[in-house]
Amino acid sequence: MNDKLNLVAVLPEMFVATMACVILVVDLFAGKERRLMYGLSLATLAGAALLTMSDYATTRSVAFGGMFVEDALSDLIKIAIYVIAFGVFVYGRSYARQRDLFRGEYFVLGLFGVVGMMVMASANHFLTVYLGLELLSLCLYAMVAFQRDSALATEASMKYFVLGALASGVLLYGMSILYGLTGSLEIDAVRASVAAMPPDSVPLIFGLVFVVVGIAFKLGAVPFHMWIPDVYHGAPTSTVAYLGTAPKLAGFALVMRLLVGGLEDLHGAWRDMIIVMAVLSMVGGNVVAIAQTNIKRMLAYSTIAHMGFFLLGILSGQAAGYTAALFYVLVYAVMSLGAFGMILLLSRAGFEADALEDFRGLNQRHPWYAFLMLLFMFSMAGVPPTVGFSAKLAVIQALIAVDLVWLAVVAVLSAVVGAFYYLRVVRLMYFDRQESGTPIRAALDMRLLLGVNGLAVILIMPWVGGLFAICASAVGLLAGG
Amino acid sequence: MAWFDNHLLSIVIWLPMLGGVLVLASGGDANAAVARKLALGFSIATFIFSIPLYQRFDSATAAMQFVEQAPWVPAFNIEYFLGIDGISMPLILLTTLLTVVVVIAGWESIQYKVAQYMAAFLFMEGLMIGVFSALDAILFYVFWEGMLIPMFLIIGIWGAENRIYATIKFFLYTLLGSLLMLVAFLYLFQVGGGTFRITDFHDLPIGFTAQTLLFFAFFAAFAVKVPMFPVHTWLPDAHVEAPTGGSVILAAIMLKMGAYGFLRFSLPVLPDASHYLSGFVIALSLIAIVYIALVALAQKDMKKLIAYSSISHMGFVTLGFFIFNAQGIEGAIAQMISHGFVSGALFLCVGVLYDRLHSREIASYGGVATPMPIFGSFMMLFAMANVGLPGTSGFVGEFLVILGAFQVNAWYAVLAATTLVFGAAYTLWMYKRVIYGAVASDAVAALKDLSRREAVFLAMMAAGVLGMGVWPYPVLDVMHASVENLVSQAMNSKL
Repeated sequence: MNDKLNLVAVLPEMFVATMACVILVVDLFAGKERRLMYGLSLATLAGAALLTMSDYATTRSVAFGGMFVEDALSDLIKIAIYVIAFGVFVYGRSYARQRDLFRGEYFVLGLFGVVGMMVMASANHFLTVYLGLELLSLCLYAMVAFQRDSALATEASMKYFVLGALASGVLLYGMSILYGLTGSLEIDAVRASVAAMPPDSVPLIFGLVFVVVGIAFKLGAVPFHMWIPDVYHGAPTSTVAYLGTAPKLAGFALVMRLLVGGLEDLHGAWRDMIIVMAVLSMVGGNVVAIAQTNIKRMLAYSTIAHMGFFLLGILSGQAAGYTAALFYVLVYAVMSLGAFGMILLLSRAGFEADALEDFRGLNQRHPWYAFLMLLFMFSMAGVPPTVGFSAKLAVIQALIAVDLVWLAVVAVLSAVVGAFYYLRVVRLMYFDRQESGTPIRAALDMRLLLGVNGLAVILIMPWVGGLFAICASAVGLLAGG
Repeated sequence: MAWFDNHLLSIVIWLPMLGGVLVLASGGDANAAVARKLALGFSIATFIFSIPLYQRFDSATAAMQFVEQAPWVPAFNIEYFLGIDGISMPLILLTTLLTVVVVIAGWESIQYKVAQYMAAFLFMEGLMIGVFSALDAILFYVFWEGMLIPMFLIIGIWGAENRIYATIKFFLYTLLGSLLMLVAFLYLFQVGGGTFRITDFHDLPIGFTAQTLLFFAFFAAFAVKVPMFPVHTWLPDAHVEAPTGGSVILAAIMLKMGAYGFLRFSLPVLPDASHYLSGFVIALSLIAIVYIALVALAQKDMKKLIAYSSISHMGFVTLGFFIFNAQGIEGAIAQMISHGFVSGALFLCVGVLYDRLHSREIASYGGVATPMPIFGSFMMLFAMANVGLPGTSGFVGEFLVILGAFQVNAWYAVLAATTLVFGAAYTLWMYKRVIYGAVASDAVAALKDLSRREAVFLAMMAAGVLGMGVWPYPVLDVMHASVENLVSQAMNSKL
């Protein structure tokens, strides 16, 4: 089976990549017809979702001689990525158009980034992991720098590129050490060789450290988080909405494929590293976020804190913990998409609504949007009855199941600190008086999607059990395979 | 009808929330009249639906009644599990009744974002009933925490000058306590073989060290909510800044949730730790009763005075719980319900004055009885009930708690009884300065007496105060079996 190409498993990737090329060509001939390219991009994502869903994996199948795997985990993550990317394109449309970012390249880069994430989700080989990661990263560097006349964006892109390249190098170095020790780059084979070695073998741990550091860089966990605030702050908001949401899902896949799929036998070693990073991320992210006045920067630190929380699920080293982490990252992507959608909504030509102050008096200007933002903020803070609570609950549950009660207490204490700055947004919207009376204009598709997005974080609650079961089955297959 | 009978609790929880959504949908302040009427309609309907909970309640059994059970998150065995016993049922009725009062009380005094105000109270109502009827720990937690959101908005949007400080303090204080409780729930889930049913927690054997740690985790949540002595500082701020309706719900219902938590979790789940630490809790309760009463004596702001009086009275409740006899606990529950009426009514009285003169300072008033005789007599009744005069609801609870305390330690009873002196001092002294004496100013002389609307809600509260004072039997009777069961659980060591 390993020597077969098995192209069916790769169909969605091929479809999205082909469509991205088609859009590139269409851009060449019909560059002015931006609506056409917008429509094509959305159709691509919808088509890919159909392809993936029609062939939703119940068993594990590999392609390209074992370099590529299709299982329930990859399919679930891919579907989530399509949905999130769809939302990003819809939310970012008028923002990008007003800033002359609404060009063919924008969609092409976005779609190639999606392909990169899909490859990461399905990687079964160190080189495939790296291929997907770099495809995504290159698209992101370009998207951050897309606003050419903005010094902030250019600076952010430069920082992102330098640190991202460093991180990729570190990851690659770790992989090469593991290759030297195990003689294989294929994740299943690496796993088998690692299982045969003593888990405290120093060269093995040495390689592991570099892999973990590389992953932490990509996720933005403290102390490898330095690029996040600058990139979030400097990049155009439509790009931040992209890079702050879907890549987190791909990051989850990265962790699952490398640490869990390949190196689970070293759990004892990577667990301790992740504990340190998770605690630092939660505490550091939440504390520093309090001091921010720019909401994009605030959300950047909030991302860091959320990634810390997400790592808590991973470090438990059990299927329940991985499920919790998957659920957490899905929920986080949806909430964060909504929050960035709100910033995009309030921005208009020549005006970036990226200061916290821009949310002042929103309840007077438009109670419905204020209510949606309220839901996103409470959900990020983890207050029931929003879905953010059930995500935190699942993670804490996983920690207590492995007797890490102290870590659970640290996590909830940092959540209290975090609640403060989310509350501050609510306070500005609801308790303070109006400053700007500019009417908020948005296209129908954006209004609808934002409404669905906002209500989803609360109305999903009765069915949260079903969602959790889907996550559990996705993770369960990986653990079984 | 059978469906209706089987889902009574769900109806009472979700009907006001549905009402809240409709009220919100009624639009902006141009449609304020619609919002008010809808809110009143839904709150009255909820009250009517809650009456069968009393009528069909079987007071002979301590078992949970009106039980509803359905799986929610099967992966964690979380259930949608509702049911009430004699302890929670009276609190639900208190909630549904007071929501009607609060809606009427906000009829004219709220003119800004009326729909949101009314909807917030309807959501609160559903969530509060949910807290009292949830039998699954996570469901309980969802309702318990969810309640913070509407209250946070109520204080923050419609509050007084310093509202933002007060509401953020309120939120963070409560959140911190609650999250530790959540960790305790998850721990119990882990050691209890994978169940979140509160009734299963009751039978769970737990070691002493674990019990002690869990006790403090629960204590963090409940003591903040009650609030008990060292963690009470959020309450005066929240009360003073909250709009009248917010103060009423806060004092009358939300404080009771902390006390309810002690009864539902601390005593039956952790009996040994509760006994071991009862001295600690009793000491804090007595400090609250005596010291906070003295603090109340020094207040110049009427709302602050009533807020401190609430803390002092809630000290009675926690004292009654931790002397571990049926009299103490029954007295404490009676005190909870009575305090719901009395403190709510006193906040409404302050609200009536505040709507007219926009001052809460005692010094701005004086001689109010001359322009407002009817108001003066209502307030007299509530002041007397706050003091604990026989014939009012305040007497029943305090009497039973002091009686129960005597059986344990005479000193507890003696210290607790000082409240009869101090309580009388601060309440009546405030009453005297506000209502009697020479008319303080022209503004006071020009005050109009109660409108019909105000008379209606004060009369509703007065009926509660007097009814419970003269004939407490219906309230005490329904809780008797449940309290006996609770005492036996609390006396049985789990070691």
